[in-house]
This record gives sequence, structure tokens and C-alpha cells, in this order.
Amino acid sequence: MSLEIKSLHAQIPGREILKGLNLTINPGEVHAIMGPNGSGKSTLSKVLCGHEDYEVTSGEVLLDGENILDMAVDARSRAGLFLAFQYPHEIPGVSNANFLRAALKARLPKGEDIDAVKFYKQLYARMDQLEMDRSFTSRSVNEGFSGGEKKRNEILQLMMLEPKYAILDETDSGLDIDALKIVSRGVNAMRSENRGFLVITHYQRLLNYIQPDIVHVLKDGRIVKTGGKELSLELEERGYDWVVEEPLAAAA
Amino acid sequence: MPSAPSDTPTGLLTISPTALSVAPDWFSTRSNAAWTEFQALPLPGLKDENWRYSNAKKIELSDHAPAQTPTAEQSKAALAATEGLKERAARFVFVNDTLVESDTNGLPAGVVCVSFEGALKTHADVLQQHFMKADQALGSSKFAALHLAHLKAGTVIIVPKDVVIEKPIEVFHWVVGDHAAIFPHTLVVTGDNAQVSVVDHYRSLEGEGGLSIAIADLVGGSGSKITYAACQELADDAQALHLSSITAGRDASVKSFQVQLGASFSRSESVSDLVGQGARSDMLSVSLPIGDQVVDQRTLQRHKAPHATSDLLYKNALYGQSRSIFSGLIIVDEGAHYTDAYQTCRNLLNSNEAEATSLPGLEINADQVKCSHGATSGPISDEELFYLKARGISDSESRKLIIEGFLAGVVERFGNSELLDSLVARIDEKLERAV
Repeated sequence: MSLEIKSLHAQIPGREILKGLNLTINPGEVHAIMGPNGSGKSTLSKVLCGHEDYEVTSGEVLLDGENILDMAVDARSRAGLFLAFQYPHEIPGVSNANFLRAALKARLPKGEDIDAVKFYKQLYARMDQLEMDRSFTSRSVNEGFSGGEKKRNEILQLMMLEPKYAILDETDSGLDIDALKIVSRGVNAMRSENRGFLVITHYQRLLNYIQPDIVHVLKDGRIVKTGGKELSLELEERGYDWVVEEPLAAAA
Repeated sequence: MPSAPSDTPTGLLTISPTALSVAPDWFSTRSNAAWTEFQALPLPGLKDENWRYSNAKKIELSDHAPAQTPTAEQSKAALAATEGLKERAARFVFVNDTLVESDTNGLPAGVVCVSFEGALKTHADVLQQHFMKADQALGSSKFAALHLAHLKAGTVIIVPKDVVIEKPIEVFHWVVGDHAAIFPHTLVVTGDNAQVSVVDHYRSLEGEGGLSIAIADLVGGSGSKITYAACQELADDAQALHLSSITAGRDASVKSFQVQLGASFSRSESVSDLVGQGARSDMLSVSLPIGDQVVDQRTLQRHKAPHATSDLLYKNALYGQSRSIFSGLIIVDEGAHYTDAYQTCRNLLNSNEAEATSLPGLEINADQVKCSHGATSGPISDEELFYLKARGISDSESRKLIIEGFLAGVVERFGNSELLDSLVARIDEKLERAV
């Protein structure tokens, strides 16, 4: 049981972005990926979810042994993969509650529906944890939300969908310190021995609140260094320029 | 090109209207004149500006005849199929232009809410003042004349000064029988500060074709409020024409809503005349054409007085090889200063073969005017779709959610929550068929 990324190569037309990325996330682990702008961090999250702008040229991604690269975007989600978007999209006219119900219903056998009472009970409990006002259930998905509200809404979806593996793509961007604390609290509440996390971030700050077990440095489409959480502090202090590829990590 | 009509005119082109037995002389005179006018007027041609991108021959006059008086079984079946609103002030059910049920128990005292035939007897004065006084500015004079010539059925609603009717008045027009044509009429007149809400439903009892040529005239007195919805859910191979005129007096507010779900060809012509200072007209529409359905929408916002507002929002979600044509014009007359006039048409294309044509227009002859018009057409955004799918929702279900959301914005602006729920349910039903 693990999320295994094996020698992953991916490109947009004319430019290779991921150049042989290897990474294994076991349930219960929180991995952080840090790296300079343009290193391929967001590309990795989009490729894992199956965004059609990116073409995987070689490699494998196994979710508990199953190659998900052949699966459609929605099937990957149902298989247990979750992406908290860096820039969540607005869906005018679709209420947050209906959106979440549709997402949960998609996980049930055809023809079955979710228990509305139970659903709202759980939804409200999760919203309370994220200090979200009840009005967010009836508001259109992300429409008119502030940056912080959008990020909280991503974590709300994470909490409701309870994925096996969650990728957080720069969840800290655009958050003030209070919102960051709330969002982190939500994520930490979801940490469990059955769930793996991949936290993608440019800044060390987030990792003060979501403490990683393992930190990776992504540079030019490859993981060039792996260490404990002290690595993130070192990166914060020294930047990325000093990091040189470790032959072992590249060959792994 | 459609094939040329046969040389011998038939159907509605030749069948003389049968006169209403109770009609007063003035009405018979107008009715007869209308028949003469109908016969004299040419069918709008392809070069007619008001029919650009459309075709008047889509309304197959020669193929239809006035609907027969319904049988007892048909009336019973129509009544059984009339679900309607729980919360209502009154309900009328017509089958083939014949009144089969009226329930006016929920109306406040003083309100006139009668069938057209009844109004001819009791409220000839109001009819003479308001009945079909508006010009047919958007190209359907010939069809309006045909409507008048055959007119037998509909409702006349007169709300006196200061009377507020909280619950809506609901009117069902059923058509049954192959090639049957109906001519439903609605006239709403409100006194000062009165309030009323009226919903017209146009439906086919059986799955066969039919034709509805309807007219709805709304006359809002000073400070009054009218909300009006025309919900067209005729059978797939039916044809529908809905001609409406709105006259909003001083500080009057009229909200009208066109819902086009049925018919192979449906055309709406909606004219708002803002004749009093501070008047307001909200013109809303949703349509969901599928297969090879054609939705043809023509609108006119005429500002004749200062400080008035008109705000139009039309949304079409198109599937298959369907087409929509929206042509809207705002005219601000000289002296209609401080006008606020807006017009937005948005089309969501869910197939490469669907086609939306938008022809927005503005004519401003006054100062201090705020006007905008805009039309957009495009497919569902890939990023919106990706976001929903990334949550495990299938492609087809994601599209359905986005389209529901796209149309919901208009439906919600209309108000009435019960009507809204039933409309959303019917839009969902149609989406199930489309996606």
C-alpha cells in the first residue's frame, strides 16, 4: 500500500517538465516537496490528477499497486487521490453543498444516494473545524470567496471525501497567518496512519504548522535531495542554489 | 433550404375562424378585420430583419388546424396531468382552447380573474382599452392577426389599485391532437400599487405535434408589480410562438420570464415599453435546446420615459445540432434621460454542432444614459470541468452540474421558490435526456 511515482516523465508540447521523478508515499506519512519556481511542483500535482494539458511520456504512478495513469480524472479521485488546488475554480450557480453531495454520490454504487441528514451533520462539523460560516453551504462553489476562503473550502472537500492520498498544492499561498493556522489544523485533523500526504510548498512557513516526516527538494523536474524536516529549515535559510543533486536520489 | 409549400394553401391558411358566440360587436369587428389582415399580409421573408437567421416557414400554418373541442377523456387526462403549484391564488386549465377548470378561491376581493370569453361579457371596457393595443414591432404581425382571428381562450386578470395578490395565478394551456393549433391569450392589468404574479404553461397532452400561437400583454399601473412566466414545454415536434408586450407605468416593476423547453421550433418576441418615470422591466429567459430544436428569441427594450431601468438576461444551453438565435434591441427615446438599460445573452455550447447566433443592438437618443449589451458564446470551461472531475464526479455529471448552475442564475433572479423548484426539476429532467 503506497502511492508510488516511478521515473515519471511529463511534458507540455515542446518542453519536458518532469524528468524522471521518483517518490513513494506510504500511508501515515507526510511528505513535503519544496523547490524553486519552475521546478515542476505544480506540474507534478496536475499530472498525478490527470490534467490533459500535460502528457506523460514515460513512467508509472501506482496507487496501492494500481497504475492510475490510464485512469480518467474522475476515476483517479474515486480511487482515493485528492488534490487541494493552488487556484480553486469558481463554479457559478452550483452550491457548495450540492457539489459535495455530487462528489460523495459519485462514490456510491449507481442508483444509491447519500443520507442527507448524515451528510449535513458531517458537513457542519467539518465546517466548524475550519471556522467556516454555514452560509458557505448554499453559496456557489468558490464564487466570490476570498483567497483564504477558497483554501479552507479545499480542505473542507478533503475532509468530506477522506482520500487515501492527498496532495496539497501551495495551500499556503495567499493565506494570512490566522487562515494558515485554521487550514493547517484541518489538515492535521485528517492525518492518520491510513492516509498519506504530499505537501507542495514554496515556503517553509507552512511546514511549521503541518510538520512533515520527509522533505524533498525538486529541481528541474527531479527530486535532488531528500531529508527530514530540518531540511526545510535549511532551505528557508540558504535558498535552493546550494542544493546539488545527490547521485543516490537521482538513481533511486 | 426547406421545400417550397404546395401550391394549394391549406390548414390555418384557409380555414375560416369560427366566431365566438358571445362576442360583442366591437370584438367581432376586430376579429374579422384580423382575418382579412392575416390573409393580406405576406409571410415574413428571409430578408426580413426580424427573421434573420430564422425562418417563418418553421411555423407550419398549412399543416395545422384549429384544435377540436376536447373529449371528456382528454379533459380528464389533462386535469390529471396538471400538477401545478400548491401555493396558488387561482388556477385555470384550458384544453384545446376550451376552459375545463377554473379555481379562483384564493383571490382577494375585487380582483378580476376570468376566462377571456367571460371578460368579453363583463369587462369589455378594460378589453377595449388594453386588448392587443401594442404594435407587433418584432416581425409577427401576420401571426398576431391569426391569433386574434381565432382567439377563444385565455385569461384576463385585472388587479385593482392597492390590491396585493401574494400567491401566483397559474394557467395551463394543453394542446391535444395531431396538427392541432391553439391561440392562448393573457391580459394582465394592474392598478396603482397592485401586485400580481402569473404563470402560463404551454403543454402537449400527448407526444404529438401541435402549434401554439400565444399572446401575453402585461400593463403595469403606477407603482405596481407584475411577475410573469411563460413556460413552454410542448412536445418535441410541436411549434410555439409567444408574443408578449409589457407596458410599465410610473415606478411600475415588471419581471417576465421565458422558459423554452419544448417544441422543435419556438420563437418568443418580447417587447418592454417603459412609459413612466422610474419604471423597471426585468426580462429573463432560459432555454435548453437539444437534438435539432431551434429557439428563436427577439427582444426590444423601449425607453420612453426618464429614470427607467430595463435589465435583460437570456441564457441558452445548447446540445446536439440545436440552434439559438437571439436578437435584442435597446431603444432610448429622446428625452428618456437617466436611462439604465442592460442586455446580456449568454450561450453555453455543449456540442461542436450546436450553433448560437446573437445580434445585440443599441439606439440611444438621450443623455445621461447607462447602457450595456453583451453576448457570449462558448463551451464549458475546461478548468471548471477539471475541477469537478478532480473530485470524482463523472464527465457527464460534471457537465450537468455546470449547466444547471449556468441556468440557475436566471431562474433564481425570477424569485418564487416553489415555481423555481419545479422549473429546476423540469430543467434537470431535460438535462437527463440531453447529457
